[in-house]
Amino acid sequence: MPRVKIARKSTATDMTAMCDVAFLLLTFFILTSKFKTADPVPVDIPGYTKTVVLPEDNIATLTIGQGKVFFGVEGIPIRKQMLEEVGKIYSITFTPEETNTFVTMPTFGMPIAQLKGYLSMDPDKRKEIQQPGIPTDSVSNELFNWIKQARVADVVLNQKALRITIKGDARQEYPTIKTVIATLQKQKVNKFSLITALKAAPK
Amino acid sequence: MAELDTSGGGKHKGGKVRSKKASTRVDLTAMVDLAFLLITFFMLTTTLSKSKAMDMVMPDKDDQKKDELAVAESRTMTILLGSHDKIEWYMGLPGKSTPTIDNFGKDGLRKALIENGNKVKAEHGGQPMIVLIKPSDKSNYANFVAALDELNITGIDIHAVVDIMPIEVEDLKKNGLY
Repeated sequence: MPRVKIARKSTATDMTAMCDVAFLLLTFFILTSKFKTADPVPVDIPGYTKTVVLPEDNIATLTIGQGKVFFGVEGIPIRKQMLEEVGKIYSITFTPEETNTFVTMPTFGMPIAQLKGYLSMDPDKRKEIQQPGIPTDSVSNELFNWIKQARVADVVLNQKALRITIKGDARQEYPTIKTVIATLQKQKVNKFSLITALKAAPK
Repeated sequence: MAELDTSGGGKHKGGKVRSKKASTRVDLTAMVDLAFLLITFFMLTTTLSKSKAMDMVMPDKDDQKKDELAVAESRTMTILLGSHDKIEWYMGLPGKSTPTIDNFGKDGLRKALIENGNKVKAEHGGQPMIVLIKPSDKSNYANFVAALDELNITGIDIHAVVDIMPIEVEDLKKNGLY
């Protein structure tokens, strides 16, 4: 009797389809991911038990650390409009190159008088300079104008109310926070968000 | 690698040596591995970079007072944020009752908030306690957020952040917290 021979099948699976899917997903995630932008000063955010996830657009962030205040707003058109309007207040005109440099910066902290020089600087040199923060004192409250014009620009361009968030360093002494909150309240912004890390709720 | 050799040995019948045809199939396993590794990486980084926040409402600083309700002073608890992560709290009006020095955490502020909250509820027929947070210039941002966090944990909805008064600063100084 002849032995029944079982045909040996190849164990190799066709990986092509799997590979296609994997790379499709990979492309998707690469395109949609947005990396954390580096803060101009080290910021250690405090924890809070109940947090909400912030939207990605229509948002302005005030970064506070080492007694300095930095301001950033999402959206290139808003930044452009804001720079133009603030420039008008202080009668400074920015060249198209300076404007283009400004809109690429996620956050900045230069007094308006030094901003023009800072923007026309060499990119490598600009990185080395420690930004002194936006002046918030009562004599020249430039922060007030920046926030105001950012809000105006958002209403004009997007018909939305800009959401203001504060990203403060945990070790930051309260007076700086107080001046920033007072600046916001001066323009009737009584509602804002504080960026916090989620902390586990106690039992 | 991923394929088993199923050709069944090399028996050459007939003695003719034929050149083996190389398979055009490329092993994609390693490539797929790499792709999934990168996917995992991008998935994790995208979720991590989303910032979370807490909402914060400050009392209106309008000069014209409107719609203001008078509240019993015995219903208010004031928390003063001092230096060195310490706090002081008292019930009612400043200067009338002696403040208690406390610290943050489970046995400090949280316990005080729960105890006072229950006491106020019992004395005022179920009306909730009102908490005022007064950060001094020597406190830091973490203290401020921690105090708000304790209020959130203990479920006290009526609270406000207000400026500290000179009499309270004096008291903090006396206790070495300023």
